[in-house]
Amino acid sequence: MSSAEAAALIEARKVTRILSGIVPTTLVHDVDFAIAPNRFIAITGPSGSGKSSLLYLLGLLDVPTSGEVLIRGKPTHHMSEHERAFLRLSMLGFVFQFHFLLPEFNLLDNVMLPMRALAARTEQQMRERACELLAALGLSDHMNKRPDQLSGGQRQRVAVARALANDPPVILADEPTGSLDSNASEQVFQILRDLVDRHGKTVVAVTHDLGLAERTDCRVHLADGAVVSTGPRRCDLHCADRQSRQGQLCVRRQRNDQSHYRGAV
Amino acid sequence: MNLILDIAWTHIRSRARHTAVAVAGVTTGVGFSIMMAALMQGSQDDFINRLVDAIPHIVVSDERREPPRQPAETAYTAAEFHGLTPIAMRPGIKNPLATMAAIEQWVPGAVAPSVQVKGILRYASRDVSASITGIDPHREPRVSTLAKQMHAGTLPSLYRTTNAIILGDRLAEKIGAKLDANLTVQTAEGARITAQVAGLFHAGVRSIDEGTAYVLVKTAQVLAQQTGLVNEIRVRTTDPMAAREVAGRIERETGYKSVSWQGAQEDLLSTFVIRNIIMYTVVGAILLVASFGTYNIISTITYEKARDIAILKSLGLTERIVRNIFVVEAGMIGLAGAALGFGLGHALCRGLGLIEIKNPFLDADHLPLAYTGWHYVIAACVALGSSLAAGYFPARKAARVYPVDIIRGAT
Repeated sequence: MSSAEAAALIEARKVTRILSGIVPTTLVHDVDFAIAPNRFIAITGPSGSGKSSLLYLLGLLDVPTSGEVLIRGKPTHHMSEHERAFLRLSMLGFVFQFHFLLPEFNLLDNVMLPMRALAARTEQQMRERACELLAALGLSDHMNKRPDQLSGGQRQRVAVARALANDPPVILADEPTGSLDSNASEQVFQILRDLVDRHGKTVVAVTHDLGLAERTDCRVHLADGAVVSTGPRRCDLHCADRQSRQGQLCVRRQRNDQSHYRGAV
Repeated sequence: MNLILDIAWTHIRSRARHTAVAVAGVTTGVGFSIMMAALMQGSQDDFINRLVDAIPHIVVSDERREPPRQPAETAYTAAEFHGLTPIAMRPGIKNPLATMAAIEQWVPGAVAPSVQVKGILRYASRDVSASITGIDPHREPRVSTLAKQMHAGTLPSLYRTTNAIILGDRLAEKIGAKLDANLTVQTAEGARITAQVAGLFHAGVRSIDEGTAYVLVKTAQVLAQQTGLVNEIRVRTTDPMAAREVAGRIERETGYKSVSWQGAQEDLLSTFVIRNIIMYTVVGAILLVASFGTYNIISTITYEKARDIAILKSLGLTERIVRNIFVVEAGMIGLAGAALGFGLGHALCRGLGLIEIKNPFLDADHLPLAYTGWHYVIAACVALGSSLAAGYFPARKAARVYPVDIIRGAT
């Protein structure tokens, strides 16, 4: 096992997800890669290619039909619902295409929600943390407003603040700019970019927007549930023994050094 | 505030109209349950109280149930006798004064002798059969409330003339006899006397007021044509509910048949059990119907909040927390309904208490109502329990929501 694999935050090992039914549908097929810390990864592909399904599998919202997802090297397939919920609370932050904020709660309460569920801070600490996050995202004047009093871009920023509430190392974003205009999209993208560049987070974002995908560290392109290519700018697909690793996605990250990260994104 | 309580409170507050309807359902259920229980319990208690007041708690009569114990039975444990018949003897309790003294020594209450005779009262060519009871006017107030029930004359008025008689007011009305009227009393034993009405009483129980008359023990003995006869010893216990146990001991010690008021009214008391079963079934049904409102609102909220539930679960809230949110919502509705139902139930009871009503069997002029905290506690517990049960099933369904399905559908 390489050092990159050992340090992987999330690792998918031959993950396949088949939706049962009269005609079983394969959503994700034999995906095999690892995500190292401090990367901005875009998952792209046409509609129905399994982008969101892969994200839900990585985020422990869904369970693979075969293969397994590991979080910090720990297999998750035998975990109880409670353990998976705890990992989601502490390790993963979700941002969806729609903000999915609770409409009856103000922004402060929405951001405090994951902290209250984790119960690792005092009420005062939670409030301070929520205020800091909202202020950092330019929402300090709106803390006591409800989501319906904000614009789409502002709501999505609140969703990002909520995802960061418990300071998770990984943010999983499903079309985070999908329902926003170009200005708001740019703002949200920049926030995600900053999370990687300034705060050392790892962001895995599903997107249709190839322009934005181009600006991420690495792009994973899916078709029919399988990874078909990766690239472009700061990553390239490279794996000396690709065949021997049975199609495992191997990526070299060029930004920091020239060493090869076999099997790590 | 606790996260579960906070979300639950926000949900039901944001669905104020639906919540109000659900709460109103529980309130109505609890209120009417309390009212119904108060009415049923009240009428039962009232009836029992009147019964206990009107009749002696224990009646010791000369009817022997078992033959006397044989000396061999006392001497040898193995000795056993079958087919023995009670000794034929003169009617009445043997040596009544000594028996009464023996009972008085340990019985917590008072003891009085009486003579029961069946007779016919004749006045102005009108004949009415009656139960004539010979009493001791000095001892009688200690075993019955007859002295308090007198509304014309007093018990000592029986000493006023040679053959004085006290009639139930309805009995007097039936034969048209007034105070001081002279009527004829005749018995099956062949005795016939002229008695003067020395008083009227009103027990409040129609059967007693219409068919009972009191004379002195001595007069009753004349009517029974048995000198020195006492065929009943009446006992009033300090605790009427202990009458059954006391009666058992008297019977064991004297050998005379001893019947408590519970034993004498066993059929009636068993009908109360059936009545209570019916009452609690109806009360339970009312509260069950009320819980449908709770089920409805919780189902609606879980349906409307499916997306929020999915998000909460995706954030990391467990099934248990999500389920508890909705169970707590149901509990809040149940609690609010119970609290308001207390007020409604109390108001309904007060309102019913004001209604004047005539009961053909009792002379109460208002509906008898029992105010007891237990009715409130039972109604609240059933309401809360049914609300929680009504909330649990949609809550469980909501908690099992697969977040991916909802998020996919929403996007």
